[in-house]
Amino acid sequence: MAKLRVGVVSPEREIWSGEADMVVAKTVDGEIGIMPRHAPVLGVLVEGGVLRVKRGDGGADLVAAVHGGFISVADNQVSVLAEAAELGSEVDVAAARDALERAQASVDADADDAEAALEVKRARARLRAAGEDA
Amino acid sequence: MGAQLRLLRRRIKSVRSTAKITRAQELIASSRIVKAQARMAAAVPYEREITRAVTAVVSGTTSVSHPLTVEKERPAKAGVLIVTSDRGFAGGFNANLLREAEALAGLLREREVMPVPFVMGRKGIAWHSFRGRPIGASWSGFSDNPTYGHAKQIADTLIEAFKDENGIDEIHIVSTSFVSMLTQEVTVKRILPLEIEVSTEAPAGGPLPYFEFEPSADEVLDTLLPRYVESRIFNALLQSAASEHAARRRAMKSATDNANELIRVFTQQMNQARQAEITQEISEIVGGANALADAAAGKE
Repeated sequence: MAKLRVGVVSPEREIWSGEADMVVAKTVDGEIGIMPRHAPVLGVLVEGGVLRVKRGDGGADLVAAVHGGFISVADNQVSVLAEAAELGSEVDVAAARDALERAQASVDADADDAEAALEVKRARARLRAAGEDA
Repeated sequence: MGAQLRLLRRRIKSVRSTAKITRAQELIASSRIVKAQARMAAAVPYEREITRAVTAVVSGTTSVSHPLTVEKERPAKAGVLIVTSDRGFAGGFNANLLREAEALAGLLREREVMPVPFVMGRKGIAWHSFRGRPIGASWSGFSDNPTYGHAKQIADTLIEAFKDENGIDEIHIVSTSFVSMLTQEVTVKRILPLEIEVSTEAPAGGPLPYFEFEPSADEVLDTLLPRYVESRIFNALLQSAASEHAARRRAMKSATDNANELIRVFTQQMNQARQAEITQEISEIVGGANALADAAAGKE
């Protein structure tokens, strides 16, 4: 079966690129799973989503926290353009947990604090990407 | 020791310490260019992908009308983003840039459009405040090492002003682009409204497929275009940072060379003065001795 060529890029660096069997991302409409020969799609990703790249061939899945951006699929080429992204293996779990607690505290104090609510989402995504439960 | 000799010695000492400073600055700038170039290279994949995505949306829909692409019939105000550096010691870097920005402002006035400067970098801010020019907004403190967050901050302000009814109607960016280690050019580009080029030629790599959009073409465009503007600005900031270091390296290199040349000339003059002093002393001694000898001969 044909493989997908996947590139995960953020404005400051290329985060990962390689081949995969399937890519699962979360767009504003819901989760989208991309397999080879998928029709061309351009989707808007949610803030604080988790991207999963199934490598196949016994390779471990690649998991990344992706904050905003786009996914574009054409011709078995999947590009994930994230405004900010972090591989699960790179996440500093203690720092993320700390950030989550602090953001959660400000949300509890002021339910309208949109900034903090966003921060909670981001920290959750980072923890989920690292394989922790949040 | 003669007064002249002492003076020259003092000057040589001061020039030598200047040369040390400029040499250090040159080395620092050289190492930073490499880093700045690496950051420019790291940003390339994202730029390429976002340009592709914009092209895909624009060519996939028949008519694109979005606030960011609509051209005003009678533009009244134009924002000019001027990307200068925070620190000097970079030769003509800022002067060239500001001259070009002035030229653009002149052109805009001819078209009866009022230019509004948006300034980045302490040097540009100082230039404007010294002349008492009003500034739309200003940013400083990151000219030599910009992050995407900075670019986003600038883009947000500009887009906000652009969307505002009484705000600005077009946005130009004046920045230095990094052509090579030796060549940096000041470039003037219009970033908003976005120009959509309709080309009949097939794009490289075959025609673009028709995309499906999640959730819809309009909404994708809505989020995509600001990101595209941010990416353009980020690119300009990165190029400007690399150019700043290259300009500084060149300026500091010529300053060091110049100081070394001065040291050479002064050392020569100092040796000459010392030699003249010795010659004079010897001729005085010889003259004195001769006079004594003549006097002794006269007595006999």
